[in-house]
Amino acid sequence: MNENLRNKLTLGGSLALAVILTACGGTSTSTATVSTGITPQKMADALHAVMESDRTVYTKKVVNRLQNEQQVIKASEHWEDDKALPLPAQMFRMGAEMVTAKNVGFTYGLLSKWPVNKQNAPKTEIEKQGLDFIDANGGTEPFYGEETLGDSKYFTAIYADVGVVTACVKCHNEHKDSPKTDFKIGDVMGGVVIRIPVDS
Amino acid sequence: MKSNTPWILWICLSLGLIVYFCLQLKSSDQSIYLPGTSTDGHYQIELDCSACHTPLMGINEQSCIDCHGADLTSANDSHPKSKFTDPRNADLLGKLDATKCITCHIEHRHDRTHAMGLTIPEDYCLYCHEDIAEERVSHKSYAFNSCATAGCHNFHDNTALYEDFLAKHLDEPDFKEPTLIMRGPLKERMLKSEVARFLKPDGIPAPDAPIEHLDLSGSAHRDWLATAHAKAGVNCSDCHVSSTGTNESDWNTPVSHTSCQKCHQDETQGWLKGKHGMRLAQSSTPMTTDNARLPMNPNTAHKSLSCTSCHGAHTFDTKQASVTSCLECHSDEHSKNYVSSPHYELWRTEQDSDATPYRGVSCATCHLPLVEKNRNGESTVHVEHNQNWNLEPNEKMIRSVCLECHGLEFSIDALADPDLIKTNFQGLPSRHVESIDLVRRRTEEK
Repeated sequence: MNENLRNKLTLGGSLALAVILTACGGTSTSTATVSTGITPQKMADALHAVMESDRTVYTKKVVNRLQNEQQVIKASEHWEDDKALPLPAQMFRMGAEMVTAKNVGFTYGLLSKWPVNKQNAPKTEIEKQGLDFIDANGGTEPFYGEETLGDSKYFTAIYADVGVVTACVKCHNEHKDSPKTDFKIGDVMGGVVIRIPVDS
Repeated sequence: MKSNTPWILWICLSLGLIVYFCLQLKSSDQSIYLPGTSTDGHYQIELDCSACHTPLMGINEQSCIDCHGADLTSANDSHPKSKFTDPRNADLLGKLDATKCITCHIEHRHDRTHAMGLTIPEDYCLYCHEDIAEERVSHKSYAFNSCATAGCHNFHDNTALYEDFLAKHLDEPDFKEPTLIMRGPLKERMLKSEVARFLKPDGIPAPDAPIEHLDLSGSAHRDWLATAHAKAGVNCSDCHVSSTGTNESDWNTPVSHTSCQKCHQDETQGWLKGKHGMRLAQSSTPMTTDNARLPMNPNTAHKSLSCTSCHGAHTFDTKQASVTSCLECHSDEHSKNYVSSPHYELWRTEQDSDATPYRGVSCATCHLPLVEKNRNGESTVHVEHNQNWNLEPNEKMIRSVCLECHGLEFSIDALADPDLIKTNFQGLPSRHVESIDLVRRRTEEK
């Protein structure tokens, strides 16, 4: 990445990182980080760390515990009608849509080569490459690339989304619209795609 | 040498027009500036340009959201703006900029406006879902202009049409057993909560109107004594004096909706959003029946609409407001046929007998339905006074009304049959929406 781009990302990146670190209770640390600046990759990695952690907590500590272990309440795709918990993927998407609506400078989403909703299949060349890459390495390494969409250039990072509990794989394997029905815990089921606009 | 006369005439005419239009700016009638016939949804406020336009006559997109945003959110909008601002959909935006309301809904274009105020060709689904037949082979034979016109899908509100909802309600009887009707408990809850909120234990107070406005032997006093208002201690001044007024000069006759709003917030809020109150919401004059586009009874021409025009001042009879008041003004086929309909028969029977409570279907049952709302953890029930809330597209009525008494398949078919709607549902649907058959087949295959 060139120096110019790095400088331009410093303000936006450090602000976002400050938000993340503040949310984690690290206000003084964030101030120290600002002066060094961060790359889009570092920024995407930091955002993903928050997303993945929240997603895992909701999946394990809320949905799996209440639905499968304690059997208190179910999670349902139609959670409002069924008076149930939103599915972890829906929880993630709702947050992503809310972030997009805020227009804060980056977007993220959840895609899969085996999507329940076909609109969530990889569409851009980078998405296809990225999902193939994380699938091939079992999610051990993320994929990074750049792409131009519309008139804008983006740094795009794709991280493996792994099935962490029975609820994940069972739901996908049994869903009538799922093209893959033999997921196992630990499998890469899709990818988290984070896009950060960069200057062309 | 050529004559300059045509040029001089052209300049004079142009100057004349400029002067004329400038003078019209001060006129009370601004209709000359309308660029074309407005839609049925907006014509009532068409002369209040600032309701939708910026000072330089640009479109203020936020004004769309201000009026329609909450309804879209409550309908779980299937195509929210945030879906399209994702960069991965940039190519789709090049075909159809779905981030803007005015891409599909352009006002003042009567010649190209379809149902729902749509001003683009009806096959718009094609832009993003052209490969739908690959995902759903069953859709192969359907034309793209039928997605949203055959009763199967809506662009925004699919709460009663999504696949799993259809699957959940497969094979329901056309007419449900009375025990399944939920409206009764809902209405009882509303009345209980109203009583708990407002009823005062001290009994009916002495009327506090100034002596020149008080006639203890008159009908106003007599009617008020019989109302829930009197029992709840709502006195004359509570309605006739504005919230800031303290003396006689602040006495208001007639009473405006702002007085009712002091206690009936949800109802008034809905009314101001609907066809009856939307002009007042824009600080305009009240809607009158002669300004309606729907056929109205000539006997009530020029009737001005307020809360009391339907509820009656001092009586506040909800039964009158549920049927009689509606039919006093509305004289379209659907309204006129109501008194011959099976719905009216149930309503009439309910009035005559206690044997069938809550089975009657009045105008208000469908068009001003009871709605449950959760606010800060407290569940309340109110009458939704915005008739448009569940009317367009009419499938919105399925969940809020029809399913109380009818099966989903029957309801979808009935609402897709314009002739049956005209007769006010006298008979059975002659149309059949195939979506439920597709879901049935798919369910059986799995």
